[in-house]
Amino acid sequence: MLKLRMKRGVHPPEGKISASREIQEFPLPKQVIIPFSQHTGKPATPLVKKRQDVKTGEKIGEAAGFISAPVHSSVTGKVKALETVLLPNGTSTLAAFIEVTGEDEFAEPTWPMKEISQLTPDDVRTIAREAGIVGLGGAVFPTAVKISPPKEYPIDSVIVNGAECEPYLTSDHRLMVEHAQEILTAAELLKNTVGASRGYIAIEDNKPDAIESFEKLVNGVKGWEVVSLKTRYPQGAEKSLIKVILGREVPMGGLPFHVGALVQNVGTLYALYEAAVKGIPLIKRVVTVTGDGVTQPSNFLVRIGTNMREVLEAAGADLENAEKLIVGGPMMGISVKTPEIPVLKSTSGIIVMRKVYKGKVYPCLYCGRCVYACPLSITTTRLVKYIQAEMWDQAKAFGLFNCMECGVCSYVCPANIPLVHWIRYGKFKVRSMEAK
Amino acid sequence: MSLIVSSSPHIHDRESVPKIMLHVIIALIPAAAASIYFFGIRALWVMLVSIVTAILTEYIFLLLRKKDTSAVLDGSAFVTGLLLAMTLPPSINLSMVAIGSAVAIIIGKQVFGGFGGNVFNPALVGRAFLQAAFPIPMTTWVANKASHVDAVSVATPLGGFKFSHILTAHKDLFLGNVSGSLGETSALLLILGGLYLLARRYIDWRIPVGILTTVFIFDGILWLANSKKYPDPVFMLLAGGLMLGAWFMATDPVTSPVSPAGIWIYSAGIGILVVLIRLFGGMPEGVMYSILIMNAFVPLMDKYLRQRMLGEKK
Repeated sequence: MLKLRMKRGVHPPEGKISASREIQEFPLPKQVIIPFSQHTGKPATPLVKKRQDVKTGEKIGEAAGFISAPVHSSVTGKVKALETVLLPNGTSTLAAFIEVTGEDEFAEPTWPMKEISQLTPDDVRTIAREAGIVGLGGAVFPTAVKISPPKEYPIDSVIVNGAECEPYLTSDHRLMVEHAQEILTAAELLKNTVGASRGYIAIEDNKPDAIESFEKLVNGVKGWEVVSLKTRYPQGAEKSLIKVILGREVPMGGLPFHVGALVQNVGTLYALYEAAVKGIPLIKRVVTVTGDGVTQPSNFLVRIGTNMREVLEAAGADLENAEKLIVGGPMMGISVKTPEIPVLKSTSGIIVMRKVYKGKVYPCLYCGRCVYACPLSITTTRLVKYIQAEMWDQAKAFGLFNCMECGVCSYVCPANIPLVHWIRYGKFKVRSMEAK
Repeated sequence: MSLIVSSSPHIHDRESVPKIMLHVIIALIPAAAASIYFFGIRALWVMLVSIVTAILTEYIFLLLRKKDTSAVLDGSAFVTGLLLAMTLPPSINLSMVAIGSAVAIIIGKQVFGGFGGNVFNPALVGRAFLQAAFPIPMTTWVANKASHVDAVSVATPLGGFKFSHILTAHKDLFLGNVSGSLGETSALLLILGGLYLLARRYIDWRIPVGILTTVFIFDGILWLANSKKYPDPVFMLLAGGLMLGAWFMATDPVTSPVSPAGIWIYSAGIGILVVLIRLFGGMPEGVMYSILIMNAFVPLMDKYLRQRMLGEKK
């Protein structure tokens, strides 16, 4: 076992109160709302019409290009409507409203079902694509694209991302404890698909039970090593993980394959296993429901499209006395105004916070805490000054589009300046100017 | 149900400007208390006048500039007032203290737009003004009560070296049995205060380390070359305002660089200037001017010496 640690970043209170809660299958809802855009890239093209009957796992939206992904019905039922729906991030998108008519009747998979040892690299890419698998760590980038790097960039190392560095969240943790074998099987499949020689299973040391379960499994398995990481945020971000484990720097504006690496989240790997072995596409995911505003912190296996309000009720959430409802983790999650939104492929957690810190904002004192904590070594102090002064060329030179919005700078700012918010504003302004 | 919607992150480490200022004050308490022990109740008056004037001036200027006057409670004016007092001779006329403190806030800080906007350390701007306006009271030193010297006017260790070639014992410099300004007596207490801030990560370790190492090495070379002419490096470290400057003045976040390369240049620059002024200049002490001069280069350093980003071409 390797022991490594990230140099930069922060270590917020972990708040992983749901860590010991076993994954519970969430009951079949009465209705699901399945947006056609749940991934990075073009929204899927609808394949169903109003009043059409659909089966569980049936493809209801087709990938609309190379960087896109299909979506599937997570229930057996009838399409009630195709209407726009509000997503947590504030955008609206077309969605299929499906009324559940009965118990699950599974649709035939649209990909080849073979013995796992018989699957060719192309088969694996087809499975990842047809099963609508996207990166479940948060970025929801289509996995099929990720495992099809250009030929001139051979991949030598696969990193299984079980860092789960976001505070509060435990969905990956539970998957690793309960389904280590399935995750490793899928990881091995991917390692062979991209032709990598080395495999690393990266887990932060606040999850000793997950480290232990993988240690037992990979003991003696050729080409795999468990990496115990000192808990640090945002260590699980791809670029941080590659730097910590492989000592390589993904070039600015580049992707992991540029340095011969492939990073896959454990949830994504579990979804790949379900598709390859059981023939079930990505229609469920583990969602952590937690925070001091819930009485039963839980890890639910939820069908995509389930109303978040129902999931919150099951965990005993008290929204009346809550100040914030967050979809995702406390560092990168999105705060929402209402729980009436569907669970998406990207929904790793739902947090109910009773009290939120509201610090007074002061002028920047150039203390540099943000600069030294930034995992990408951005000189945030100056970048944000350039954004505030609308000096866009300088802002770009100081890494405006390099920022991944991990939130570390705002978290440590003693002047309480919403630095990430300024950076988002800067990106938005530059993008809209360049679009003209 | 009224949920707050705001940009991520949704948690904070609870550090704040007033909290940092509070701990700077706490870190200065041992040295401030020692100054009362060494120079009597007079030292307390100097500190009180300086602090009260700083806060009042800040309040008036925030009013005049139509800014949020609650900013006066951020603690920064208190710190400026206290730091200025630490650089003053105990015998100075209290009206001069008030003038210096007002200048520190007005010229040192408010004309630059207030907290965060100033280029130079406000307390040192106040002191530089007093040095120019009242050169005699600013260089008249009373004896330290712990030294049992019965004299109306005495020399500081650096003055004694410069003008009479007398070296004060290291032990007296370390413990503070010497004359000088309020805060340049006990190196020990200043180092303890600095280490406290370091432990809380409120100051950048590279600044005191850079300054003190540079002074030690630069003076050490001169001393090795001619130990009759130049003082030993330990004397250089412990005498005068170097400890106060290195731990509490040069580390002011607003007026020190953010860029790591800049921090090393800044602190080495201060160290070199201190030795040059002390040993080759007209004045016995040069910490104030060294810091003020290097303050001027901070914006340039932060612009041109920013750290390399992850994945950026070397």
